[in-house]
Amino acid sequence: MKNIAYLLASFFILTTSFGIQSAPLSMAFDADPVSLDPHEQLSEGTLQLSHLTFDPLIRWSQNGDIEPRLATHWEQQDEVTLRLHLRKNVEFHTGNAFTAKDVIFTIQRLKRSTDFRAMFDAIRDVKQVDDFTVDVITHQTTPLLLNILTYVFPMDSKFYQGRDEIIKHGETFASKNISGTGPFILKHRESGVRLDFVRFANHWDKQSKGNVDSIKMTPIRSDSTRLAALLSGDVDFIFPISPIDIPRVKRSPNIKFIGMQSTRILLLHMNQARRVEFRDQRVRKAINLAINQSLIVEKILKGFSEPAGQLSFSQFLGHVPEIKPVYDLEKAKQLMIDAGYEKGFRISMMSPNNRYIQDERVSQAIVAMLSKINIAVDLKTLPKAQYFQEFDKRSADMMMIGWQSDTNDSNNLFEFLVACTDPNTGMGAYNASSYCNAQIDERIRAANVEMSPSLRAKLLQDIERILAKESAVVPLLWQSLAWGAKQNFKIENIVNEQNFPHIGDLVVE
Amino acid sequence: MLHFLFRRVIQAIIVMVVISIISFLVQGRLGDPVQQMVGQSVSLEDRENLREELGLNDSLVDQYMRFAKNAIKGDLGVSYYYKEPALEVILRKVPATLELSFSAIVLIIVISIPCGVIAAIRPKSLLSKALMFFSSIGLSVPIFIIAIFLVYFFSVEWQIAPSFGRGETEVIFSFWETGFTSWDGLQHLFLPSLSLALALMPLFVRLIRSEMMEVLQSEYIKFAWAKGLSPMRIYFVHALKNTLLPIITVAGIQAGTLVAYTILTETIFQWPGMGFLFWDAISRVDTPLISAYLMVVGAMFVITNTLVDLIYGLVNPTVRLSSHGL
Repeated sequence: MKNIAYLLASFFILTTSFGIQSAPLSMAFDADPVSLDPHEQLSEGTLQLSHLTFDPLIRWSQNGDIEPRLATHWEQQDEVTLRLHLRKNVEFHTGNAFTAKDVIFTIQRLKRSTDFRAMFDAIRDVKQVDDFTVDVITHQTTPLLLNILTYVFPMDSKFYQGRDEIIKHGETFASKNISGTGPFILKHRESGVRLDFVRFANHWDKQSKGNVDSIKMTPIRSDSTRLAALLSGDVDFIFPISPIDIPRVKRSPNIKFIGMQSTRILLLHMNQARRVEFRDQRVRKAINLAINQSLIVEKILKGFSEPAGQLSFSQFLGHVPEIKPVYDLEKAKQLMIDAGYEKGFRISMMSPNNRYIQDERVSQAIVAMLSKINIAVDLKTLPKAQYFQEFDKRSADMMMIGWQSDTNDSNNLFEFLVACTDPNTGMGAYNASSYCNAQIDERIRAANVEMSPSLRAKLLQDIERILAKESAVVPLLWQSLAWGAKQNFKIENIVNEQNFPHIGDLVVE
Repeated sequence: MLHFLFRRVIQAIIVMVVISIISFLVQGRLGDPVQQMVGQSVSLEDRENLREELGLNDSLVDQYMRFAKNAIKGDLGVSYYYKEPALEVILRKVPATLELSFSAIVLIIVISIPCGVIAAIRPKSLLSKALMFFSSIGLSVPIFIIAIFLVYFFSVEWQIAPSFGRGETEVIFSFWETGFTSWDGLQHLFLPSLSLALALMPLFVRLIRSEMMEVLQSEYIKFAWAKGLSPMRIYFVHALKNTLLPIITVAGIQAGTLVAYTILTETIFQWPGMGFLFWDAISRVDTPLISAYLMVVGAMFVITNTLVDLIYGLVNPTVRLSSHGL
């Protein structure tokens, strides 16, 4: 009897393991890579492609840890040298073997790329120790070196050698040809229409349970078309889902909805160079108090986002849990009276209308909220293609911007959004407040070289506290990410807050 | 005839020059192409260099002269996004748009002529009233709402038609990518061509009806009845043929509307044609592609209008091209 039970059990195990077969995947995202060259543009589309056709040295896991990929382990040799041990027996799509040469080739190429240079300038040199070991040498101590190395997707140096120029406008070898070590091989690309991939049979990661054997990827820009494609069963996996469609998706029994908080902060800049009123801390504070972040999230984003009172998301080192978004209209009115602006004043405001989730409606809500403290706002909303031109010129008194930290760290936010503007270093390039505080700049520089996590956290949290005390900007919310898929696609295990889904590991039942 | 064509060519050249100037003036207002090419952390200096390389810092007149000089040689510039000559990119997308427009036109002809005729010969019947009712709704409801309803019912609820894309295509004659040869391709064609047709059909139903009603009152129709001709022959040969002239005129004008609607339809259905390409080019500020599209569409307009004028002469021999002021 016992034997029969064993037999039955093993039979069931057999059938279930046979039940999981390889499956095709059809997916529709809003972005698509502008080029096959992984170093031409630092954008979501490019990085999503890189995660399919290349493998990073290391990558972020879903819970925010660093996970070894082509680098198996690493150790700090001295203050500025990190030794990386590379995975052996890895093959490129062309059949070439992966070695230390490819890593050196790739990092040097990254240092030449206009878009990636800002991060890779920190690296002084890469030296080969042996075929599977390299030393990465930085100019100074670099606490975020591992974060930066998540952007290294080793390229096939034999394949690209001698024809590896990076040009933003114009055809290059790398923009039309691709060879990485990644789980998928690109078979066909029709720009803006579709990308077809097949699984790479000799991929090194045999542990992965992923069973997608081919991918058909279609960029669909329109939210409603993308959703209809999922609901009608034409595609299996989509991103993003607009907040207003979320209830509809949740109602569908065959479709699952996966939401995740992202670290992308949406904020308003109050330009102190343009407006004398904004130089008064009481006015800035009043504006912060008059804007009700929680109401915006609840009514416009249908609860799908997190109200923000600071720039750093809760997983970032700089996050200060005590700083919460506060709404207090009475106090705001009192502050306006104290500052001598009881009758208010008129300002101009600009925001994009197709860049961030519901950006136009969020700015309209802000106009209404500021009218309560007698600030009349002339709002102009523009498509993103025109908006960022105006943003660079700082054309309005109040401007909206969203920012996602490239390094997954607070300091990147501070460097670009609140540091004193300095065209030579690129610091404060997006500081449309023209706010400048030496205390903050000093701490940004210190945090860039501070290796001790606790001291670094203190520096970054200090910056958040200063920003909150000074009401330098108006933090609004951290945007959420929303994916949708058919029930049998286990996307919940492979999506992450960077929005680089690890499709190589996707299991389809 | 030759004289007419020659004058048309001269006119076409003037039209193209005007279009090229307008499309050029619009460009400066669309936004910054460089912004679309770089990531967020690229320095202002690098952006400035890129702008210089693209020649965007030259004066508008210089930029236009450079563009015009190349355009005469048939070179409309290189698309920023596709990194290929803009004209080639557009010509590759032409088959998709023409197949969509062709299917829509066939649907319009097949549906609107019988409907218009029925509504004219039986104006009091329930069917005619229903036709008129739906045609006025069709005229007043925008195309994207119609399209969204079609997608909702046919794709999402009943799941009988695909909601986006062209499906399987096949290359014939080595340059034409067609969706007509496979069942999958035809299925994908169904919703986009239907919504495009529905956008234009009501106008034709109403137009055919009113023209037909007028013609049915005329002397020669009465004579035809008196002669004892069959009703089918009277309605569809004698009467219909004489209603066609104003309809062709309107059809020629509506060709422009058709182009405008293909942009909307293709965007809604992710149909990889010229309209979708244009929409995308605007959002990416791909200025060479935008100018090239406007030039190509302008050329298409000139050609369709010339064809319409030629068809005029065939349908009604009393119309002489030279006396047409053309």
